Amino acid sequence: MSDRGELTRQPLTNGNGARNGAAPKTPARAPLDGVAEQVGRLGGETAKLGQKAAGALMSRLGRRIQGRLTADLDDRDPDYIRENLPLSWLIASVWYRAEVRNLKNVPEQGRVLMVGNHSGGNLSPETITVTLAFCTYFGVERRFHQLAHNLVLASPLGPYLRNYGTVAASHSNARKALEAEAAVLVFPGGDWEVHRPSWQGSKIDFGGRKGFIRLALEQNAPIVPVVTIGGQETALWLDRGTWLAQFLRLDKTLRLKVLPILIAPPWGLTVGDFLPRLPLPAKITSEVLPPIDIRERFGEDPDIDEVYTYITELMQETLDGLAAERRFPIIG
Amino acid sequence: MRLNESTVISAPPEVVWEYLSDLDNYMHFMSGITRWQADGEQTTGLGARRRMLLKVGSAEVGGLIEMVEWDPPNDLAWSSVSGVDQRGRLRLRKAGKASTRVELRYAYGVAGGGLSGMISERLSARTISGHLHASLAQLKRLIENERSVMSWDRG
Repeated sequence: MSDRGELTRQPLTNGNGARNGAAPKTPARAPLDGVAEQVGRLGGETAKLGQKAAGALMSRLGRRIQGRLTADLDDRDPDYIRENLPLSWLIASVWYRAEVRNLKNVPEQGRVLMVGNHSGGNLSPETITVTLAFCTYFGVERRFHQLAHNLVLASPLGPYLRNYGTVAASHSNARKALEAEAAVLVFPGGDWEVHRPSWQGSKIDFGGRKGFIRLALEQNAPIVPVVTIGGQETALWLDRGTWLAQFLRLDKTLRLKVLPILIAPPWGLTVGDFLPRLPLPAKITSEVLPPIDIRERFGEDPDIDEVYTYITELMQETLDGLAAERRFPIIG
Repeated sequence: MRLNESTVISAPPEVVWEYLSDLDNYMHFMSGITRWQADGEQTTGLGARRRMLLKVGSAEVGGLIEMVEWDPPNDLAWSSVSGVDQRGRLRLRKAGKASTRVELRYAYGVAGGGLSGMISERLSARTISGHLHASLAQLKRLIENERSVMSWDRG
C-alpha cells in the first residue's frame, strides 16, 4: 500500500525538508535519495502484492464457505435439542451463572422477531443462554431460529448450531423463518457489535443497521428486544481491527468488517477470534422486554429512523440498568 | 433421579386434602414454581392438566403435566405429557390423632443421558430438593395458620 511506502520514505528527507521522491528545490540530490526512493517503491509494491494475495485467498475461502451454507429450516432438530439441553444447562448454569428474565414477554404463539445486542465474540454466550431459556420455557417443539454470521456456521460448530435452528444471517432466511411462524433471534449489530472493545460492554451499537425494522414491518411481526450484559467480559477485546479487515479485503470477500484484536486464554494476544478459546466465566444476564408492535406505536407508515432510535434507546436504558446492578467485572 | 421430602401437619388428612385438591393453591406453596397455568377446561381432579415451570439453575424447566392419580384423601400424582420427564406424588397418611404425614415424591429424568446428563441431574437435584423442602414447609404453615385462625374465630 502507498501508506506503507510513504512510511518507509518519510524519515529520509533531504536537507530542504522535501520528501524523497518529490521534486527537490535544489538541483543537487543527495546520493541516498535514489536508494530511498527505490526502497520506498519496493515496499509499496510488496504491500500491494501481499494485499492482492490475501484478497485472492480470502475470495477463495469466501466462495468455499458460501458453498457450505444452506438455509434449510428443517435442519432444526427438536429431538437433538432436547437431548443436548443438559449440556447447555450446565454451561449456562455453572459457567455463566446465567439469568434470562421475563421470557413471559415473548408472545405465546406466532411469529416474533427477537432483537438482541451481541457480545462475547464468536463464542457469544447469550446465544447459548437465550436459546436454552427459550427452549425450556416454551418447549423444544416451538420453532425458534437464530441468525448467525456465515463464518460461525462454516466453523466446526456449524452442524451443531444448525441442529439448534441457526441459519446464516440474511434477510431471505429471516423472512423464511418468520413465514413459518417461528420466533427468530437476530443480532443487528453482528460482527461490528460483538467485537467491540471490552470497555464498551455496556453500549448498544447496531452500527446503524436498520434492516430488522423493515423485516418486522414486512412480516408484520412484533419486535421483542433482548438485552444482555456480561459477554464482553469473557475476554479482553482491545480493538475491532476494522483497518486490518479492510487491508486484507475481508469486508469484500467474507463480509467481515472487523478483525478483532483481543487477549483471551489460552492464547494470550489473538487476532481474529477464530481459534477455539476458553471464555472467562463472566455472569451473563439477559432481560426480555415487552413486545413492540411498530405500526401500533408509530402508525401505518412509520419513520424507520424514529423506530431505530426508539428501540436502541430503550435497549440502552435497560442495559444501563443491568450495568448498574453489576458490582464486579466477571463476578457480576 | 428420585427425590423425597416429608413433613407432619397438625390437621387431619381430609383438611389437608381439601387444600391440595384445589390445584390453584399450588402457586401459594410450591417453591420455585414460576408458572402453574390450567390447560383446558378441567381445572382439578383426575385428568386435569397444567402448564408448569420450575426455576432450576439458569432455566425454567417443566412442561405440560396431567393428574394421573386422584384418590381422596390419600394420594394424588401427576406425570408429564410434554417437556421434561417428571412424575410427582403427594401422599397423605394419618399420623396420630389429628395430624397428617405429607410426603412429596418427585422423580425426573434428563433426556439424552451421557456425562452432561448425569452431571446436570446430580447438580439440579440439590436445587429441586431444596424447592420440595420449602414447599412442604410452606404448606404446613398455610394449613396450620388457617386452622388456628378458624379456631380463633370460633372461640
